[in-house]
Amino acid sequence: MHIMEGFLPPFWCALWYLLSLPIVAYGAWKISKLFKEHPEQKLVMAVSGAFIFVLSSLKLPSVTGSSSHPTGTGLSAILFGFSVTSVLATIVLIFQALLLAHGGITTLGADVFSMGIAGPFVGYYAFKLSRKFNLALPLSAFVAAVLADWTTYLVTSLQLALAFPGSGVMQAFTVFAGVFAITQIPIAIAEGILVWMFFDFLLKSRPKLLRQLIGEKDPANPSMN
Amino acid sequence: MQDWQKYLLALMVVVAIFAIPFFLNPSAKFGGADNAGTNAITAQQPDYKPWYTSWWTPPAETATMLFALQAAIGALIIGYFIGYEKARMDANEPLKKSKEN
Repeated sequence: MHIMEGFLPPFWCALWYLLSLPIVAYGAWKISKLFKEHPEQKLVMAVSGAFIFVLSSLKLPSVTGSSSHPTGTGLSAILFGFSVTSVLATIVLIFQALLLAHGGITTLGADVFSMGIAGPFVGYYAFKLSRKFNLALPLSAFVAAVLADWTTYLVTSLQLALAFPGSGVMQAFTVFAGVFAITQIPIAIAEGILVWMFFDFLLKSRPKLLRQLIGEKDPANPSMN
Repeated sequence: MQDWQKYLLALMVVVAIFAIPFFLNPSAKFGGADNAGTNAITAQQPDYKPWYTSWWTPPAETATMLFALQAAIGALIIGYFIGYEKARMDANEPLKKSKEN
């Protein structure tokens, strides 16, 4: 989902910066507020950020014969929402843009929007919806992580189609989604399995904190929260 | 099934997901999709010239090192957390522990 440096016309660079900036700023404010009011959440937030660090550094082989990387944003999206996640994703994307020439500073706004905002937004609501349908917590986390990953790449395809429509945005979207969409499916599923595992572990080690973060009461102990 | 068996099975599925492509597509180069995206841009609009280039591009070996470093930082934090939680849970179950020892 990294759009390479200079590979978006200036107008689109500016537009995606404008859309992303307020959300990242709000997320940064929310993090500093959370750290003051709930210092016990610091470690879990660090781990959520660490997931993004590890997973977005791995370029994994896919059935299409090309490699791509997961986003790792699902866990943080479920636990802290998409504005906090956008801050964590921005840190990773700046690291990769400045030190790895992977992505870029001109395209940072667009990359933050797809990986840090749009994907986590869909992941967050996919989690809520899965819970409405009474899916178990770890399974809901799996669904959220898969969709957060996959949406990120669909949004990148849309961003590229809007900037390089050729004979039409729809035709262009098919071209760019052709590069990303299928390749990403097995990678998104693998990412979902890892998040499922960690969520299962977290549910055992920190049931109270977890339920506080996702805003649900413990069905076995409704009075505890 | 115990937790560790469940997690081990899940990890094996993850490894399989990444091993299978090499059997399905033994001759593929597994190039990066991000680069393929850049090529698709050029195919879509051949006269497009990138208006800015990266201020620094690391040599391939350095890039590999930095990607590994990024993964290591993340893995360190996750490992710290899992170890911390495991010890905390064990400390909260002294009875079970004394039986095991």
